[in-house]
Amino acid sequence: MTLLSAENLVKDFGGLRAVNVGAFDLPEGEIRAVIGPNGAGKTTFVSLLCGRIAPTSGTIRFEDRDITALPAHDRVALGIAYTFQITSIYPNLSLFENVMLPAQRRAGLDRTNDAADRAMVALERVGLSGRAFERAGAQAYGHQRLLEVAMGLALAPKLLILDEPTQGLAEGEIENFNALIRSVAKESTVMLIEHNMNVVMALADRITVLNFGETLAEGTPAEIRANPDVQTAYLGG
Amino acid sequence: MRADRALALHLAVIALLFGLQYVLSPYHQGNLARIMVLATYATGYNILFGYTGLLSLGHALFFAAGMYGAGMSMRYLDFPALAAFPAGIIAATLLAAMIGALALRTTGVAFMIVTLMFAQAGYLTLLYFNEYTRGDEGFVIPQADRAIGLIDLSADDTRFIAAWAIFSVGLLIALAIVRSKAGRVLVAIRENEERTRMLGFNPFPYKLGAVTASGAFAGTAGAAYALLFGSVGASFAAIQYSIEPLLFVLLGGAGVVLGPLVGSVLMFYLIDYAREVTTAYLIVVGIALVLLILFARKGILGSLRRRSDGWLP
Repeated sequence: MTLLSAENLVKDFGGLRAVNVGAFDLPEGEIRAVIGPNGAGKTTFVSLLCGRIAPTSGTIRFEDRDITALPAHDRVALGIAYTFQITSIYPNLSLFENVMLPAQRRAGLDRTNDAADRAMVALERVGLSGRAFERAGAQAYGHQRLLEVAMGLALAPKLLILDEPTQGLAEGEIENFNALIRSVAKESTVMLIEHNMNVVMALADRITVLNFGETLAEGTPAEIRANPDVQTAYLGG
Repeated sequence: MRADRALALHLAVIALLFGLQYVLSPYHQGNLARIMVLATYATGYNILFGYTGLLSLGHALFFAAGMYGAGMSMRYLDFPALAAFPAGIIAATLLAAMIGALALRTTGVAFMIVTLMFAQAGYLTLLYFNEYTRGDEGFVIPQADRAIGLIDLSADDTRFIAAWAIFSVGLLIALAIVRSKAGRVLVAIRENEERTRMLGFNPFPYKLGAVTASGAFAGTAGAAYALLFGSVGASFAAIQYSIEPLLFVLLGGAGVVLGPLVGSVLMFYLIDYAREVTTAYLIVVGIALVLLILFARKGILGSLRRRSDGWLP
């Protein structure tokens, strides 16, 4: 079943057509990686999907509902969570308070779960529960990235969109990150923008390649690896 | 446990303020009554500026709306004091909600300018309708009217208790707001609005709530000022009355519930003593602020809180 789809999705910045995606379909339960050279429009594309920016034209559907005009906070309520490419946390609050906020948002929807429990569980899953009451801004960059992911998890989303989550993580941390995403994928559909090809090849069920805002190729990791267009786009030529 | 400790501290401060009336000379007791009314104003302002991170330069308008809402309803509609007080609060709250809905279309510096412009327009309107508002020289509410039943609000001791009661209720409401779920969202908006939106919170109703709540506090203080001190005038809608709560909050500590009280006490007496020394007392205030920004940017209680594990709400 299709969870999220986009049709003729266009975003212009002045004269520049940043995104022009004819058709995009994301089935439920999949891990989808979005890759492409720098400036390919990856962040703009997912920003359209989660509602941070409005498209110039086109349609976005989530669970068979047209959400094109829905503001970002209402899309979150439907179950679309987004973690930022540039780390966006509350530096002056503790890790726990950072995660408490999305947990509280979620607990407001179904009151069976206690927000504080949910917050601690989210921190535990990314391995930060031992630092729960430390100041978020004082954490190492890699830990702040993981906190971002925990904030997304605390929303218990149907679709988790991660924008370059492994940026700044050490090699050893990436192993744990892969395991985390695999466990998340049991409950949520995951879409990640990623530059680290090892992560992409290890995690993705399917890969969408963007170039100059358009879909260059889509397929399994093996198909993408063998695609000559993709090789040209990445290596130049 | 943390929560109980904070509540105990605030109740202790309230008890201390009550006790001070038996210790202070009549002069200082009168000062403290005035300070508590102004601190109520600043406590509300702190919800908007300290917790939500929105700097308004127009709250004098809401203070004046409370003052005129109470004063005009007594002067022209013969409202008793007990009805005039809520009339002032309602006037200020409605005005704050309306102006908030318009001004919140902007952010940052533009929000400061828009609120300032609304307040200036209100100030000039009060002067324009001088025939009714007596805006330029103000009017006095007759002492006989400033009473609730047999309680004379113009007498020193009852006035002190009335100011104390208003401040105490205001302080506890502010504490409850700040510690509520909504209060945590306000802080989140202050810290990172875009992030908060992407966690599923629409910032607008929270910000509008903060403007309206702070406007209600300002109106409460304005109405109380009219009833307790008897004077109503357009000068209370002028720019210095918008800046005053900002100074109190900055001095005492923005984003600390008790900050505005501490700031109000210190700033009031700083001005009081400076006035005895020089007519250019605003220079003293200016120097105090420069020192504050240089050495204690988080204000007095804000700096203290950093050393106390941050349990102070």
